[in-house]
Amino acid sequence: MNTPHTAQLPTAPAVGEGQRAKRLTLAQRDALYGYLFVLPQVIGFFLFVLGPLIAVFVFSMQERNLLSDRVDLAGLANYRQMLADPLFGKVLVNSLIFMVGLVPLNLAISLTLAIMLARSSRRVSFFRSIIFLPVVTSAVAWAIVWNFILQGEQGALNQLLALVGIRGPNWLGDPTWAMFSVILVRVLKNVGLNVVIFVAALQDLPRDIVEAAEVDGATRWQSARHIIIPFLAPAIMFVTIITVIGSLNVFDHIMLLTGGGPSNATMVLAFYVYHAAFRMYEIGYASTLAVVLFLLALLLTIVQWALRRRFVYSEN
Amino acid sequence: MKTSRLRTRQSYRLRLNRLLGAISWWSIMLIVGAVFLYPFWWMVTSSFKEIYEIFAFPPTLLPRVWQWENYAAVFTFQPFARHYVNSGYIAVLVTLGTLMISSLAGYAFARISFPGRSILFLMLLSGLMMPLEVTIVPNFMIMRTFHLTNTHIPLIIIPILGTGGILATFMMRQYFLGMPSELEDAAMIDGLTRVGIFARIALPVARPALAAVAILTFLASWNAFLEPLIYIDDLAKFTLPLSLRGFTDQYGQPVWNIQLAATVLAVLPVLLLYIVAQRQVVESLSRSGTKG
Repeated sequence: MNTPHTAQLPTAPAVGEGQRAKRLTLAQRDALYGYLFVLPQVIGFFLFVLGPLIAVFVFSMQERNLLSDRVDLAGLANYRQMLADPLFGKVLVNSLIFMVGLVPLNLAISLTLAIMLARSSRRVSFFRSIIFLPVVTSAVAWAIVWNFILQGEQGALNQLLALVGIRGPNWLGDPTWAMFSVILVRVLKNVGLNVVIFVAALQDLPRDIVEAAEVDGATRWQSARHIIIPFLAPAIMFVTIITVIGSLNVFDHIMLLTGGGPSNATMVLAFYVYHAAFRMYEIGYASTLAVVLFLLALLLTIVQWALRRRFVYSEN
Repeated sequence: MKTSRLRTRQSYRLRLNRLLGAISWWSIMLIVGAVFLYPFWWMVTSSFKEIYEIFAFPPTLLPRVWQWENYAAVFTFQPFARHYVNSGYIAVLVTLGTLMISSLAGYAFARISFPGRSILFLMLLSGLMMPLEVTIVPNFMIMRTFHLTNTHIPLIIIPILGTGGILATFMMRQYFLGMPSELEDAAMIDGLTRVGIFARIALPVARPALAAVAILTFLASWNAFLEPLIYIDDLAKFTLPLSLRGFTDQYGQPVWNIQLAATVLAVLPVLLLYIVAQRQVVESLSRSGTKG
C-alpha cells in the first residue's frame, strides 16, 4: 500500500485555487480509488485467510489447549505425535478411500446423466431440475432424510431390499458400509452441479457428427465412447480436479451421518481437525493436522494449474 | 434392388436403435427421478404423519390422517421461530455486506489500473483453494480473544470478508471485465468521479452478476453448518441447521415427524427461490462450483 500516491495524500489540500504541483494527477487519483475499493476485501483476506493460515503453522508448534490459556512451545512435538498416532494413519487411508470412492462415482453418474440430458426439451429440463434439487438443499436436511433411509431395521432402503429378499446391513452403523454410505449420500447431493457443467460443455458438441455416426449404425454407447467423451476430455479433467479438491473439504456429511464412526471408519482429515480441536480441545495438534490438510489442498491446486496450462483449457 | 434392401434394413436398424434408446432412456430416468425425488417426498409426507405411521411397513405413500399439529409442535419443542429469524437476518446481512464489498473490489480489479493490482488479485485468489477446516481453529481463537464467540458476529463477518467474499469478488471481476469501456469513457468525459461511475454506471449494468452473488451468498449462509456449530452455544442464538438437530427425545433419538416438519420449514424458502429463479440459481452455483 505504500505507494507515492497515498504518501501524497496528506499534503494534497482542498482542491482549487490553482495550487499547482501538489494536486494528484488524474491517473494517481484513479489509482487511489482503486486501492480504496479493494481495501476492505484485502483487509479481510489478511484477517481471516492469510493471518489464520500463518497462525495454523505457529499453533502447530505449540502445546495449546482450548480449555486453558496456557501456551507452551512444543517445537516439532505435535508432528512427532502425529506420525506416531495410529488414528492419523487410519485417517489418511480413510481420506484416500473417500476420494477414490467419491470421484469416479460422481464422475460416472454426472457424465452419464449429462449425456442423457444434453438435449433441450421439457422432459429433459424436468429431470435436470430434479437432479439439481439436492444441491440447493442444506446438508443438514439432506442428511436427516438419509439417516432415516439408511437405518438398519426400518430404513427405507432395507425395506426395499427386503422385497427382493436381501437383508441389508445397518448402512451407517456397520464399519464396512459406513464410508460407502457417506460417499453415496454426498454424491447424490452434489452430482447435479457436475451435471450442469457437463451439459454446458455439451452445448458445443457438433450434433451432426453424432447423428452421422448413428445413421452409420453406431449404438449410443459407441457414439458416447468415441465421440462425446473425447470431445468432453477438457471438461472431464476440470471437473475431476474440482471434485478431488472438494472431496478434501468434507465435514458436514461426516458429522451429520456418522460423527466419524463407527470405530473411526469414516474419520477423514477435515473431520479429524474438528475432532481434535473441538472435542479433544487439543488446539496445537488440530493445527498440525490442519497444516497437513492445507499442504494436500496446495499440492492438488498446483497439479490443477500445471494440468490446466498443459491442456490449455479455458473455463469459458 | 440390393442397395434398396440394404437401405431399408439400415433404416429398420436405425429405428430399432432409436426405440431401444428411448426405452432405456425412460427406464433410467424414472429410476433417477425416483432416487432424487423420494427423499423430498418422504420428508414432506412424513412431516404430516403420526410417529408410528412413519415406521409402518409397508410404508404409506400419504399420511392416513394429516397431522397439521406436527407443525405447531415444531415451535413449542424449541424456540424455532427465533432460530428462523436468526438464520434469516444473518443471511440477509451477509448477503448485503458481500454485495457491497465484493462489487467494489471486483470493479476495481477489473476496471481501475493501479500498481500491484494483479499481484493483489492473485493473492486473494489463492485463498479460494483453502478448505474451510484449515483456518477454522485460528479464526475461532481470534473470535474468542475478542469475546465474539457465542455471538452472531463471526457468522456475519467471516463470510463477508473471508473466502466467501473472495469468491464473490472473483465473480464480480469476471463480469466487470466484460463491460464495454465506452460507457465509462463517456461518463468520465461528463465529469463523473470513479465513485459516480461505479454507482451510476457499473452497478446497474452488473445486475445479473449481483443477483448471482446474492443467491450464492444467501444459500451458503442459510445452509452453513460448521461455523454455527463451532461458534454458537446458546440455544436462543442457534441458526436453523443447528436447530434441526435438536428435535430429539431424552435418549437422543430424533422425534422424526416433528424434526421433518421443521426441516420442511427450513428448506421451504430455498426451494421457493429455486422454483422462482431456477436458471439464476443453477448458474450462480455452478459458476462457483468447487464441491466434491
